[in-house]
Amino acid sequence: MFGPTLDRYAAPKFFYPLAGRLVPWLGTLAAALLLLGATWGLVLAPADYQQGDSYRIIFIHVPAAWLSMLTYMVMAGGAFVFLVWRMKLADMLAKCCAPLGAAFTALTLVTGSLWGKPMWGTWWAWDARLTSELVLLFLYLGVIALRGAIEEPQRAGRATALLTLVGVVNIPIIHFSVDWWNTLHQPASLTRLDGPAIHPAMLTPLLLMIAGFTVYFVAVLLQRMRCEILERERDARWLVELDAP
Amino acid sequence: MIVQVFRRELLLAWRRPGDTLLPLAFFVIVGSLFPLGVGAEPALLHAIGPGVVWIAAVLATLLGLPRLFAADQHSGALEQLLLSPTPLALLVGAKITAQWLTCGLPLALAAPVLALAFGLNFADLAVLLAGLLLGTPLLYLLGAISAALTLGLRGGGALLGLLVLPLYVPVLIFGAGAVQAAAQGFGAGANLSLLAAMLVLATVFAPWAAAAALRISLD
Repeated sequence: MFGPTLDRYAAPKFFYPLAGRLVPWLGTLAAALLLLGATWGLVLAPADYQQGDSYRIIFIHVPAAWLSMLTYMVMAGGAFVFLVWRMKLADMLAKCCAPLGAAFTALTLVTGSLWGKPMWGTWWAWDARLTSELVLLFLYLGVIALRGAIEEPQRAGRATALLTLVGVVNIPIIHFSVDWWNTLHQPASLTRLDGPAIHPAMLTPLLLMIAGFTVYFVAVLLQRMRCEILERERDARWLVELDAP
Repeated sequence: MIVQVFRRELLLAWRRPGDTLLPLAFFVIVGSLFPLGVGAEPALLHAIGPGVVWIAAVLATLLGLPRLFAADQHSGALEQLLLSPTPLALLVGAKITAQWLTCGLPLALAAPVLALAFGLNFADLAVLLAGLLLGTPLLYLLGAISAALTLGLRGGGALLGLLVLPLYVPVLIFGAGAVQAAAQGFGAGANLSLLAAMLVLATVFAPWAAAAALRISLD
């Protein structure tokens, strides 16, 4: 299925040093993007004519929401590869994604609720997107809890992978059902067919923040996977040799 | 083999009527706790009635789910099913069907009686019953996957709830929504059709996923 190159890097022995070389670069890039995006968004971008300065939480809220969903997709990809090809690294990927995704989802809910108070006059509304985001948080917690409950790593990985894939099938259904049920949230402003409905002066820093969050996610994910490799392969010979000199 | 598994499940349920009656009693008790908690205002009860019945049905289903595979695991019958040449998904499907017939169907049939206590009229009762007849098998199909995943785990019951309740969200929304839509004069057709569509999807995929989960759990 995979070419020989990808196969080689999928082995923990090669992935570990590769990730080690990438993490500092990605970390620096993420810090630069986030710093630039945050300064631009919080200081330089104009205030909104309707929402004033309080709209600026969008620069945290939207990237966190984007990451909360991207992380689930990455996790599901890892779960699928692990279930089908039994690739250890894919399971580690899925395992490391879950707490990150839960954190991004929680961040989305908290910032959304902080934004909702001045805008809608309430901390929480049973609105479609809020509710699907909350259900997404429950799915993440279920995945984490199931892995925690099973001692044997191989079985834990496969059971969690199956649950993750069941979740993926359900996410669109859940989202659609909640959408049907109740909608107060503004419709998507970035991904529309006729172009984004947001002024360029605000769009640029927002895209910078989204890029920054994504690079940050990749950097932290790689670092977590390195820790996971150290833990699981602690008796492997290549690791002992790596430590020797 | 499929027929034998199915008959065995029905026979077991017949000899242990408690397994059927207990969730049923739980269902009625949960439903009757709501008026005690929120007050006996008829207008309020009428408004929350369908939702309460659905939530009680979901919780009563949850109560029976851990038993779906646990007894067979203890007796060793489950391993025999795994070794059988008949595809495991079909056998799991037979078990789920039998479980629904002995636990889900009585629940759905008892629901109108409970709903009467919330002051729903007969037209709404029919919609509620139709929704539950479509929805309760869905609850068992989805629940079987989680029951198989948590088989034999410490704290399996609470974990099962955490895994399965998010998956029940659409069923709850469309099921309770059908009655509300009918009561507001929109007609329940759309909600019931969506429930039926989900039921068809789950009938095809859920036994297969539950079978895969069983293989993982008994690995």
